[in-house]
Amino acid sequence: MIRRGIMQAQIPVEDGNAVAALRGFLKGLLETGVVEAVVVPMETPAGAVTPALVADPALLDAADPLAPVMGLNMARVVGPVTIREPRGKVAAVLRPCEYRALIELVKLQQASLDDLVTVVVDCLGTYTVPDYEAMRAKGGVSRGGLFAAARTGELAPQEGYTFRDACQMCERPHAERGDVQVWLFGADLSAGVPISLPDDLGERLGLSPVEADGRRAEVIEKIVAARIKVRDEWFAEIRGRLQEEGVEGVFAACIRCHNCMTNCPICYCKTCLFKSPIFEHEPIQYMNWVRRKGAYRLPADTMLFHLTRLNHMVLSCVGCGVCTDACPADLPVGRVFRAVGQEVQAVFEYVPGRDVEEPLPLVTFREDEWSEVGEEE
Amino acid sequence: MSDTDFEPKIVAFLCNWCTYTGADLAGTSRIQYPPNVRIIRLMCSGSVDPTYVLKALLDGADGVLIGGCHPGDCHYQSGNYKARRRVIALKEILKQAGMEEDRVWLRWISASEGQRFAETVAKMTEFLKEKGPSPMRQKWAV
Repeated sequence: MIRRGIMQAQIPVEDGNAVAALRGFLKGLLETGVVEAVVVPMETPAGAVTPALVADPALLDAADPLAPVMGLNMARVVGPVTIREPRGKVAAVLRPCEYRALIELVKLQQASLDDLVTVVVDCLGTYTVPDYEAMRAKGGVSRGGLFAAARTGELAPQEGYTFRDACQMCERPHAERGDVQVWLFGADLSAGVPISLPDDLGERLGLSPVEADGRRAEVIEKIVAARIKVRDEWFAEIRGRLQEEGVEGVFAACIRCHNCMTNCPICYCKTCLFKSPIFEHEPIQYMNWVRRKGAYRLPADTMLFHLTRLNHMVLSCVGCGVCTDACPADLPVGRVFRAVGQEVQAVFEYVPGRDVEEPLPLVTFREDEWSEVGEEE
Repeated sequence: MSDTDFEPKIVAFLCNWCTYTGADLAGTSRIQYPPNVRIIRLMCSGSVDPTYVLKALLDGADGVLIGGCHPGDCHYQSGNYKARRRVIALKEILKQAGMEEDRVWLRWISASEGQRFAETVAKMTEFLKEKGPSPMRQKWAV
């Protein structure tokens, strides 16, 4: 959707329930025919949260667009719903890291923004699925504290828990792009939920413009500064480990389950090299290798797997951290990708998810760049 | 292994149209160069997946040479420009991962540059002799 004029509006909140207000907004998108269905986190009858495609406005009563849990990156499920025509007109509720992943998937031709309305929400922080399930089992997930903290920027997890590793070092938790942006930061959510959207859409939904109180920028600055502090400490730690121990140290406990790859929203190849016959080595080949080194790690090519994934993915890594959560060996996969990614992305001045018009660094080139490379004697 | 009898192993990925033909010219012109290089012919430097380079390095190759056509001369128009970016990314990742990025060389060598091919191999062999064997030769847990 093209953003011509942008309107700042406010979704009215009743009984202090901001989640219900957002449900109402999504219902409005369906009832006014703006879209035919919405991709949104839903609370299942069993109580767990999962993304779903919802066409019946009544079923949106179970929608939880601000659910503080992230097991998978929503971009992975928006791709198949949007990738080719014929398709429906759909809205998708996305966290900023999910929106960024979606942009990368569009560039990789695995998703489309056509016929899609993106609703990007400021992210107050998320828990892992096991933590979220533990909270539910032990008396419930407290949401009020987080909503209140949106106003001040003093975001803190529920007592006894931590936010996901990726969230703790996320310096881009705020909606910066997207057709509709839900601006929780700086807002008094008991009064209303501020949103930014194209004015024709706002008018269609019966919203009227309001003045923003200007607290959002200040609150974002505060959150980002705190996150950068954590991020830089962790980057320094993981970089030190990589230099001292190498990948074979950091990934030493890898059991090669491929969960990091399966859950990465960007790692999409249907014919993954690592699942191809290239890595079905002849038995005698193992003997050649073991004779050379005396011992040979099995399964073979485990560090090759991680280094190849770095080469294939790191330029597009949006830092959602689902790889870390998916790792049964508790390896800091996401920290490695973010720390290495920061350096490699800087070489190409590339920010993944920033702009759908910005080509992926490895599919484009300029003739007049790095002209000294390759010409050395 | 003493410094004197260390002979580095170089795996070279050469493009069919320029560098491989350049290597062939070095041979037919009887230009002498060290026998430390193992050549793998590909259609284009742009088809060198970083995995090939990494596999060679992790299995203990002391150096990897990637050879392609000079900028502007690619048989497929732009394969070497893409290879250039890919190698730059690969070398930065190797550096970040605590590996020696200077064991990977990218060189543009044309079909008529048999001499340049021989000199490149000689120079790389000399460089790697001084640098010593790849630490990966000893590491089984990769």
